[in-house]
Amino acid sequence: MNTNVIEASGLGKRYGRTWALRECTLAVPAGHVTALIGPNGAGKTTLLNLAAGLASPSAGTVSVLGGRAAGSRAALDGIAFVAQDTPVYKNLSAADMVHLTATLNRRFDQPYARARLAELGIPLDRKAGKLSGGQRAQLALTVALARRPELLILDEPVSMLDPIARHDFMANVMTAAAGKGEGEAGGVSVVLSSHVLADLERVADYLILLSRGQVQVAGQVDDVLASHRMLTGPAAEADTYTQRPVVRARRGAAQAHLLVRARAGDPVPPGWEAHPVGLEELALAYLSEPGAAALPGPARSRPAEPSKVIR
Amino acid sequence: MTAPTIPARPGEDARLRPLPLRRMAWATWRQHRAALGAVAACLGAVAVYLWLTGLQMHHAEAAYCHPASSIACSINFTGKYGETVILVSIALQAVPALIGAFTGAPVLGRELETGTYRYAWTQGIGRLRWTVGKLVPLAVAVTAAAGAFTVLISWYNQPFAAVGYAIPLSARVFGLLGVAFAAWTLAAFAIGVLAGMVIRRAVPAIAVTLAVCAGLALTTGLWLRGHYITPLVTRNPNPPGSAWVISGWYTKAGAFAFGDHGNGLVSALARLCGAVRGRVLHVGGGVLHVVNAAQCLAQHGYTQWTSYQPGSRFWPFQWIEGGWLLVLSILLLAATIWLVRRRAT
Repeated sequence: MNTNVIEASGLGKRYGRTWALRECTLAVPAGHVTALIGPNGAGKTTLLNLAAGLASPSAGTVSVLGGRAAGSRAALDGIAFVAQDTPVYKNLSAADMVHLTATLNRRFDQPYARARLAELGIPLDRKAGKLSGGQRAQLALTVALARRPELLILDEPVSMLDPIARHDFMANVMTAAAGKGEGEAGGVSVVLSSHVLADLERVADYLILLSRGQVQVAGQVDDVLASHRMLTGPAAEADTYTQRPVVRARRGAAQAHLLVRARAGDPVPPGWEAHPVGLEELALAYLSEPGAAALPGPARSRPAEPSKVIR
Repeated sequence: MTAPTIPARPGEDARLRPLPLRRMAWATWRQHRAALGAVAACLGAVAVYLWLTGLQMHHAEAAYCHPASSIACSINFTGKYGETVILVSIALQAVPALIGAFTGAPVLGRELETGTYRYAWTQGIGRLRWTVGKLVPLAVAVTAAAGAFTVLISWYNQPFAAVGYAIPLSARVFGLLGVAFAAWTLAAFAIGVLAGMVIRRAVPAIAVTLAVCAGLALTTGLWLRGHYITPLVTRNPNPPGSAWVISGWYTKAGAFAFGDHGNGLVSALARLCGAVRGRVLHVGGGVLHVVNAAQCLAQHGYTQWTSYQPGSRFWPFQWIEGGWLLVLSILLLAATIWLVRRRAT
């Protein structure tokens, strides 16, 4: 699979006079679990609403699943979207939600949905409004997965859940993405957003950092990590380091910590130590420096692949 | 990142046939059966009441009102049931607005209020078919229910119409008969749906719908309806019993003198006819006749005119009112669907 599940070019969305998203250009490749990370107000929800066809762009273009117009029949058919706060009809039972979603879609795997709800211990006759927050999120995820989408978009799926429910939810997303579920032919591409990287760290293998509507980092998690190092050395010399681009510098009284875009083999100045960097540390560094960007840094490790058009 | 691909191709949709609209049937029924059931229950309760009192009235009319001018008729029928019939007909005026507001406003208002539109509009059927598939059956259902109810109201109204009390064109009964009742219900539904879409909350949309319907009904009843067809004008101060009197006035030497009520008439009477001693009667649409005084004014060269709509225009008026309400409803529903399509969330 080498298509892009989401492609945006100069994408912008304006509400009144405020731009929620501006000049956003990005590509989310297929076959990944992509984490879309950004602070509140970065434009994550706007971007995902545009991709899901709920909103229409004020500027630029967005296409999905290898060139289908967002919101078109073909796009809606292939995308399952779980919106923020996982909306379900509170006066419908779990069984009704399953039946409803089945009637509203071309494909729907009823046995899978029922089996999954049974596995999760969600009673079919219980009204969605009477389910716990975690169960409601699982119900929304279940009916989305049972649509057998090519792309699953989850907007802040776990922000309202307690830690245990978060863990369970993410485990289910991961199972689905890996295609291990009963009767699943192959994995589904997943895009998840969160303002907390920790939620997505374990499941995501592709990372997009979004800040004020701009993409700061985009790349496979392994590549992104491999192309960044944390340098620790004397604070006095921090400003003189120019060998590699510095993402963020933190200065203590004696020591300075520089997050730089460098690989394991890159030279380290005398008196400095280089360490590998964790994903959370890296995300924090970028998000606190909205001016920094690592684009198309991570892409250099792989040749650019032309997207295949679905026929 | 992989390289950007070609832009979206419009031909993609053509190969994917749209899901049939009948797929919306279950969704519409499941989500709105409570509202439809409540409407059916309320109409049913009112229908039982109308049926029971209607039976009594039919019996009383048959037993005492041949001839209708008999004293037995006024004691046992008109006197006994007249007040009830008036109160019931006034209460029934609110029914179309209530049905329309409570079934129409939540259809989109609640989806937008609770955020479930983000589920509904991202399903494979698409938001356009989702909207059409909901609005059309619901509109047909409430209109049909109101139409069936009209049959009962007509039957209920029949004894009083038979003794010449209920003028079919009068504001009190016109909207309850013929096609008007169903048309008003459909219009209220369409207003409710649009209000829900614009206001994005169900309860405020219901309130706005009721207010708009009340305003529209008052404007229609007090002003618009009288002008559907140019009223007839007569010098006979007592037009036929089934006529709906619009207004009256006096002329002198071919020029307008004063209206049939108000200061102009009172001062003329005081000036020309001395003290007003005649009996004062209220007839029809609030027209004031001063018996004796009318003769007095005629002696002074004043001519009394009355404009009215004859009872024979009942059905033309019904079709006119039903027609413009139907057009209005279609326009409002089309506007709603257009808003759903272009709505930028």
